[in-house]
Amino acid sequence: MVDMEEIRKKFDIHNIAKNKLAEIEKYKCSIYCCHSTGCKSSGSDDLISLIQKVLEENNLTDDVRVVATGCMGLCAHGPLIRVEIKGKKDILFKRVDLEATRAIMEKYVIPGLKNDGDMVTDETLKPYVLSLDLPFFTKQEKVVLKNAGHIDPEDISEYIAHGGYLALEKALKTMTPGQVVEEIKKSGLRGRGGGGFSTGMKWELAAKVPTVDEKFIICNGDEGDPGAYMDRSILEGDPHAVIEGMMIAAYAIGATAGWFYVRAEYPLAVERLQKALQDCRRHLLLGKNIMGTDFSFNIDIRLGAGAFVCGEETALIHSIEGARGTPRPRPPYPTNKGLWGKPSCVNNVETLANVSKILLKGADWFASFGTATSKGTKVFALTGQVEHSGLIEVPMGTTINEIVNEIGGGVPEGKTLKAVQSGGPSGGLIPVQLMDMPVCYEELKKIGSIMGSGGLIVIDDSSDMVSLAKFYLDFTVDESCGKCAPCRIGGRQMLLLLDKINRGRGKKKDLELLKQIAKAMQKASLCGLGQTAPNPVLSTLRFYEEEYTNKLLDGKE
Amino acid sequence: MDRETCLGCQTGDKWRKKRGSLIMALHEIQGVKGYVGWQDAMDLAKTMNVPLARVYEVLTFYNFFKLVTPGKAVISVCTGTACFLKGNDKVLEKFKSELGIKEGESTPDGLFHLQVVRCVGCCGLAPVCVVNGKTYGRMTPEQVPVILNEWREAFKKEA
Repeated sequence: MVDMEEIRKKFDIHNIAKNKLAEIEKYKCSIYCCHSTGCKSSGSDDLISLIQKVLEENNLTDDVRVVATGCMGLCAHGPLIRVEIKGKKDILFKRVDLEATRAIMEKYVIPGLKNDGDMVTDETLKPYVLSLDLPFFTKQEKVVLKNAGHIDPEDISEYIAHGGYLALEKALKTMTPGQVVEEIKKSGLRGRGGGGFSTGMKWELAAKVPTVDEKFIICNGDEGDPGAYMDRSILEGDPHAVIEGMMIAAYAIGATAGWFYVRAEYPLAVERLQKALQDCRRHLLLGKNIMGTDFSFNIDIRLGAGAFVCGEETALIHSIEGARGTPRPRPPYPTNKGLWGKPSCVNNVETLANVSKILLKGADWFASFGTATSKGTKVFALTGQVEHSGLIEVPMGTTINEIVNEIGGGVPEGKTLKAVQSGGPSGGLIPVQLMDMPVCYEELKKIGSIMGSGGLIVIDDSSDMVSLAKFYLDFTVDESCGKCAPCRIGGRQMLLLLDKINRGRGKKKDLELLKQIAKAMQKASLCGLGQTAPNPVLSTLRFYEEEYTNKLLDGKE
Repeated sequence: MDRETCLGCQTGDKWRKKRGSLIMALHEIQGVKGYVGWQDAMDLAKTMNVPLARVYEVLTFYNFFKLVTPGKAVISVCTGTACFLKGNDKVLEKFKSELGIKEGESTPDGLFHLQVVRCVGCCGLAPVCVVNGKTYGRMTPEQVPVILNEWREAFKKEA
């Protein structure tokens, strides 16, 4: 008979953590090479093999370890390599190629292991050094992204060594499901996918529905919003954090199975998630009687297939069922009648990634970040016409000005900032005069935008707002599933009007017509896609109406 | 048809017993062949015991699935917001004029297929295009002929 006690011991997370930490401790130096989609496509695979080769040539494999990590954030300057030599300051190298990598090894790492010098002295290396004192790094507050860029996402023991699955253990062994829900409610965590509904409340609703035979927890990783890649980076950089969050959620609401729904356009994220789930099963963290408790749970992955509307929860559920991703009217909400008619709770990737941190450090710690109604931190993908384009995480309530001009380093090439778009095709603009606005759910709503999933697109004065509005509308019209008339027809008509205006054929009454259709779409559309599709048009009309009138035939009168 | 070589049947057998697996099965077929053909769809429908109409509606609803064989190299030009702002429309125009085709079409020699995609998630590298999984960042229209030649050379070597 197999000795259960022996197996438990082998997979005890405290033992795994202890062994892994001891292993890491042995090395004098760690070289972290960013290995997420962005840096990988700029060739970080070759850099890693080169580093390994140099280490072997110099018999340093026992002293130096190479870690292929998730996103380090500053994607615009990739591939990034961070070198940590014990007792020295970390050095970050940007835009490295093979030649620079060899130089880093020969002129910094190898001599650095022997002498005490703190800085990079070699002249040829200096242009590659990126100061870690930049506001881009110092102004951020990393909660969700804490591990991304610091651990190997494909190694479960490294996640465990960094405090992974401790929150799960705490929940399973010391808390009742009710207490978990209460803690999340107290923390003030709200849905990070865009809606901003209280996560604790959603769990409470889901927990109240009795589990007859099945109940599901679903993770929404269908990040279709162009210009946003937070969920991809989290899944690529720290997949176990999301899995742990989902397991805790499952325990809290009494779910019997979990589903990940991830975009097929993110092959690397899917691959890492699959590997992570496999490792969990091997370590008995998924399956029956997890950690020796009564809790049994399993997770499966389903892929999207390129439909923006599938980010909407009812459409997503249809898509998992293997059907067309069309939404349906709510109520009944998925928490009552979801996947295959069973109660289901849909949470976003980033939301779930927050959960384990809240349980470990407490609701009060989490609530200490942010504003009165928006708690915690938010991950943003800062892109567009900005110097340091990349992935950032800041406390809620940070102003747009701080994000764009300090962390982002402002607009490059002598151009000036015109506006920032949040919420993608469902959101609106924050014009330059409102730059001191704090980023939180309520404030953004007030000016006709939304938090959305976290894409922030910086627009400079060379962009034409009518074309931008048309660009977004073109996207939503293309992605409309066609089920309800307001979205299918309204969107098309608005697009035709915008096209007419852009070609210089528009008249004043067309602007009125645009607004009328927009109102109808907002009120009558079936799901969020149609309801929010007019936002970019309304928002540009609100702040940049003169750009529209300048294009009208009778505009100047 | 011989069951050994019937991709639709084998995929269907693998996924039939799992719930919500039609899209996954279609992904698998496209992963092998590059598209989901008419025969594959019929075989899959039969083996998984779902109406062919259901398979067809799913295939045509989702942008990801292709019904006809694409070129040997699939060029995806990103038209996400960051790429749009950084001028990927000009890169797309250049691809069109160089290849003499529109988006969604393949060249007559079957070498290239041009498509536009929504955000590949490398916004930091904008503007971006992807050719058969290889990502090219910070694109300019001048790079277009260079990339096309790179792939033409690669195909020549293969042949």
